[in-house]
Amino acid sequence: MTTVRNGKKNIALELHDLTVSYDRKPVLWDVDLELPKGKLVGILGPNGAGKSTLIKAVMGLTPNSSGYVRLFDRNLDEVRDRISYVPQRESVDWDFPASVLDVVLMGRYGKLGLFKRPRKSDKEVALDCLRKVGMEAYTGRQISQLSGGQQQRVFLARALAQQADLYFMDEPFAGVDAATEKAIIGLLRDMSSKGNTVIVVHHDLQSVTEYFDWVILLNLRLVACGPTKEVFNAELLQETYGGKLTLLSDVGNLMKHQHFPNREANASRMNPLK
Amino acid sequence: MEALQIILAGSLVAITCGLLGCYLILRKMAMVGDAISHAVLPGIVIAFLISGSRDSVIMLLGAGLIGIFTTFLIEFFHKRGRLQTDASIGVTFTWLFAIGVILISAYAGKVDLDQDCVLYGEIAYVPIDLWITKSGTILGPRVLYIASGVLVIILVFIVLGYKELFLTTFDPAYAAAIGISTTLWHYLLMGAVSITTVASFESVGAILVVALLIAPPATAYLLTEDLKKMMILSTLLGVLISITGYYLAAAFDGPIAGGMATMAGVFFALAFVFTTTAPRLKRSIKTEKG
Repeated sequence: MTTVRNGKKNIALELHDLTVSYDRKPVLWDVDLELPKGKLVGILGPNGAGKSTLIKAVMGLTPNSSGYVRLFDRNLDEVRDRISYVPQRESVDWDFPASVLDVVLMGRYGKLGLFKRPRKSDKEVALDCLRKVGMEAYTGRQISQLSGGQQQRVFLARALAQQADLYFMDEPFAGVDAATEKAIIGLLRDMSSKGNTVIVVHHDLQSVTEYFDWVILLNLRLVACGPTKEVFNAELLQETYGGKLTLLSDVGNLMKHQHFPNREANASRMNPLK
Repeated sequence: MEALQIILAGSLVAITCGLLGCYLILRKMAMVGDAISHAVLPGIVIAFLISGSRDSVIMLLGAGLIGIFTTFLIEFFHKRGRLQTDASIGVTFTWLFAIGVILISAYAGKVDLDQDCVLYGEIAYVPIDLWITKSGTILGPRVLYIASGVLVIILVFIVLGYKELFLTTFDPAYAAAIGISTTLWHYLLMGAVSITTVASFESVGAILVVALLIAPPATAYLLTEDLKKMMILSTLLGVLISITGYYLAAAFDGPIAGGMATMAGVFFALAFVFTTTAPRLKRSIKTEKG
């Protein structure tokens, strides 16, 4: 065992035989994978492939799962304060009577513990995170008054306020405009270049090569997991998406044209917040 | 003096209900509050039969347990039986409430409880139901002590658990992800609602207590977008409802609980008309954006 353990220093997430079922209907089968630290990882797959379920299972939010999950070679409870989670934006009621700052401060709750109120230092962290996502002008704004893109940035700021090492994000680009998407991906790239691991459920195949270092291809079972250059190819996409060939040939063309663009150049170009 | 005592009792009950009601309506669980307020009845009767007195501590405990049991049953039928939540609520609380009604009539001789009183409350008796110690000292109306005691318990609960209640209400998945137990806080809140209901049932009754749990927070929700302000507004509304409800009942020589629930509805209607017609208020901002 020890020899195996020594080899896992650089592993952020390890799943072993992870199976999840709802009402005895399996939604994830036997997923085995390892993700190295410091990568920006995209989870791809058709609707109902279990992408969100994968994240929820890792965070311990699904009731019936078997297999095991190791984060930084520990159990979830031992490293919970190093893990952050951005749920789907639609999962909460944005008419809730709360301000932007209230929501971002929630990112500090895990560190505060029971009964303690956020201190001044927590507020400073929250404000700093709001600056990072370009929302500092909206600190006191009620969340019901935000647009979709702004809501997403608030959720991102809350996750940042956790000052975690590993981030799970469930469709952070859903329903946001192009400018916000560029701003967010710039921020994620920045985080991963600082050694954070960021795992993102993603839908738009066209931007995959541009955005992610690694991809996880999922369709109930794990199709592939590896560096984008190695696994994001027509053959494995075909296996992931099945018969949706028109879509796939589009992606094939796109890949031929783009030839995996230079990521460094993209990263600096795409960071309007800095 | 009597009027003051009745209004004070009504205010204490309305404030406690309003504070918890804020969390109930934000969790979209208003009808669970309704269910609990009815379902605690057998708990009260059984506690009564066991203790042989209206000893409040035992009654609060009995009701607290039954209240939590009620929420457990509702979720059990919903999750295991795949029954719709509202159907699950309807089946559970009417059943428990009916058991309570039967118990009251079956033990009518032994239990100092009156069906009318349980259903509609009788806050007018507050000044004559005195707490007299064994040495014969009169300490004042018993209900006032119970209602203030429960209000203090609820205030401590909300102050200490504010951020956990806030987060588990707004975003339970995130709360669970950062290690805050949503189940624990759910049952703590339901326990608090049960205790509050028992403390309130003698004064406003099992049916109208729902008006105090839901109407003030719903009114406050229309008027503000800040949870703390919503709770403060609910508190103020609770006092206002108690005062105006008392005088409305006095004017018509009707039941005070009915007067209070009527005024709760009137204030809600006023707030609704105000926020939907007046420009530059939060509702208009919302619809502009949407």
